[in-house]
Amino acid sequence: MNNNKLLLLGDEAIAQGAIDGGLSGIYAYPGTPSTEIMEYVQASKQAAEQNIHRQWSANEKTAMEAAIGMSYAGKRAMVCFKHVGLNVAADAFINASITGVNGGLIVVSADDPSMHSSQNEQDSRFYAKFAMIPILEPSNQQEAYDMAYFGFELSEKLNVPVMLRITTRMAHSRAGVVRRQVKLQNQLKLPSDPRQFVLLPSIARKNYKKLLVAQSAMEMESESASFNALIPGSSHGLGIIATGIAYNYLIENYPDHKCPFPVLKICQYPIPRKQVAELYNTCDQILVLEEGYPIVEEMLRGFLNLGKPIHGRLDGTLPRDGELNPNIVAKALGLPVTEGQPIPDVVKNRPPSLCQGCGHRDVYEDLNEALKEYGTGRVFSDIGCYTLGALPPFNAINSCVDMGASITMAKGAADAGLVPAVAVIGDSTFTHSGMTGLLDAVVENSPITVIISDNSTTGMTGGQQSSATGRIVEICRGIGVHPDHIRVVTPLKKNHEENVRIIKEELAYNGVSVIIPQRECIQTFARRKKAEKKESNE
Amino acid sequence: MKNDIVLAGVGGQGILSIAAAIGLAAVNSNLYIKQSEVHGMSQRGGDVQSHLRISDRPIASDLIPAGKADMIISVEPMEGLRYLPLLADSGWLVTNTTPFINIPDYPKPDDIIARIKAVKHHIAIDADSIAKEAGSARSSNIVMLGAASLFLDIPFERIEEGIRQLFGRKGEDVVQQNLKALKLGREFSEKNR
Ligand SMILES: Cc1ncc(C[n+]2csc(CCOP(=O)(O)OP(=O)(O)O)c2C)c(N)n1
Ligand code: SF4
Repeated sequence: MNNNKLLLLGDEAIAQGAIDGGLSGIYAYPGTPSTEIMEYVQASKQAAEQNIHRQWSANEKTAMEAAIGMSYAGKRAMVCFKHVGLNVAADAFINASITGVNGGLIVVSADDPSMHSSQNEQDSRFYAKFAMIPILEPSNQQEAYDMAYFGFELSEKLNVPVMLRITTRMAHSRAGVVRRQVKLQNQLKLPSDPRQFVLLPSIARKNYKKLLVAQSAMEMESESASFNALIPGSSHGLGIIATGIAYNYLIENYPDHKCPFPVLKICQYPIPRKQVAELYNTCDQILVLEEGYPIVEEMLRGFLNLGKPIHGRLDGTLPRDGELNPNIVAKALGLPVTEGQPIPDVVKNRPPSLCQGCGHRDVYEDLNEALKEYGTGRVFSDIGCYTLGALPPFNAINSCVDMGASITMAKGAADAGLVPAVAVIGDSTFTHSGMTGLLDAVVENSPITVIISDNSTTGMTGGQQSSATGRIVEICRGIGVHPDHIRVVTPLKKNHEENVRIIKEELAYNGVSVIIPQRECIQTFARRKKAEKKESNE
Repeated sequence: MKNDIVLAGVGGQGILSIAAAIGLAAVNSNLYIKQSEVHGMSQRGGDVQSHLRISDRPIASDLIPAGKADMIISVEPMEGLRYLPLLADSGWLVTNTTPFINIPDYPKPDDIIARIKAVKHHIAIDADSIAKEAGSARSSNIVMLGAASLFLDIPFERIEEGIRQLFGRKGEDVVQQNLKALKLGREFSEKNR
């Protein structure tokens, strides 16, 4: 391997590719497996020298909109989040395909098949199809770099945002990457049509027609893209379509990576029609390998499935859910598979748990005690480290649905008569999407007790800066929570009795209360101290 | 040449420092490398694994196929056993014997050791004690690396070079401590293979 190669995670390759490709601003909200893209740009000296915008946003929607704003101003912008973040950003995302772009715009959405760190395994490619924009899906780290590097030009050429879709293994696997020449950033330049971004119905209708017309240009781009390839094979009994990293799992199974069947590698969408037709017409059966939902497979089959046999996740050749791996693909190809020894019985599960000394632990001990007289089943929680309060020894929460849902679900349950209802939410999640729900509760003075467990960080994703830090009390006051019912406490063992008393008081109050246990995440604290020590030594 | 290695441990034990040292040694030897890591949820004290693949030819999959791993390096005794389905018949289990107990139903340490001894090719090493002997309790991962290095197709000097690169910023004392830890691990494997 060449020594000029950088050893980069897929996420890092995307970040470096974007920086080298003329990026002016990256906007993101943390979420596994996308977080390291922003973190790499934040740590990059080159990004600092080039004054690239690289601050976290409050949520994915604000990130997406800021990126559209940067594109409006003529510069190249990238927005990054995990797959469920795209749900939050969806309104802006879909409409950005109608406005089109001025500066190139790349939307990185990181999917998590097998749900290593997520609530679902939705496939972001559906969203891109819905928005009718191209997708780039790398099969290796070099392609990840190249796609970010060239993606801005593709976006500017086609006048639409481009999605860069990755999955967990691509995001978090390291390999050698060769860099390209650094491009200059775009100059500030307004859109040539001053009404391009004004989506009044009359203008939106025109823009939408342009988007429809542009579909054939997008397809032609895919047909000529170097990221896609139709690789000939000697045996035409089967033709294989492999998208993204599924391609690697396929060729892993053959000596020298040479598959005897023709293979269409798809890493740029819309699906290249010409090559698909050629494969289909020259092979007896088709096998589709996709990391994610069976999207290509479903399109190829059609509703009635009247053509040649199409194999994949829908007919059971591959599992319907979960990520692929070399062995699953080997089985689908009818190849012999190796297996090691089974996991011995002596091995026990080791689920993740809250760190020893974490403030959330004290919060749950206080809350469980205070709730004893009301019984269980009334605690709505949210997404973050504190979700681990669902597991023993706490068994303290009854829901975790989507970011922000704790407050609004508590309100809905209180509306139904479950009083008092409790919400437990983290500080970063509160400013992500808890604030608007709190306003709903304030407007109706709903009998809910909201606990904002404030550890001054975004703990679950590795301790990124939280937009909420130092602002929560002011925000709650501003939203209209009565100051007497905003209670700041310190979650420590020695305060257990006092905290239980305070929670009990607020549970008994027939209106909106907010309790804010404040103590820094011990992991973030340790990292901060280490960084401070390093700084004072330099 | 191909070395497919599974690194195993508990979130927070720092298995990635082992991967980083081997990675540097591989890059310095002009080899191809792919290394998949675990970030996110499971890092909170759950089980974690990393797949490290090194080869003189391009590598396709980021994941090691089941039954094909040449080695499992585990910094915790129970965790190494979790990945036996990935280990080839001819593969080595190189594992620390100091347990990390953060679950209520953690098995009896003797039962775990007995099971490790039932693996055809194994090295069971008390890396924590050896690291203390080397003068730095925090180097137990490097002891593990030393023990594993005997079964890698990378010259030992390249791995020493990797250690120098990895710890160079922290000063010569730290480098020497880790080189010593590396050597003690290596010697243990030479004696006990
Ligand atoms: C829409 C969406 N974006 C991002 C994530 C990833 N994510 C899960 S928890 C979390 C942050 C939680 O931070 P905070 O609320 O402060 O709680 P902590 O983990 O610090 O306890 C993030 C970013 C997600 N699950 N959903
Ligand atoms: S990382 Fe921080 S917030 Fe998360 S469990 Fe550990 S101490 Fe608690």
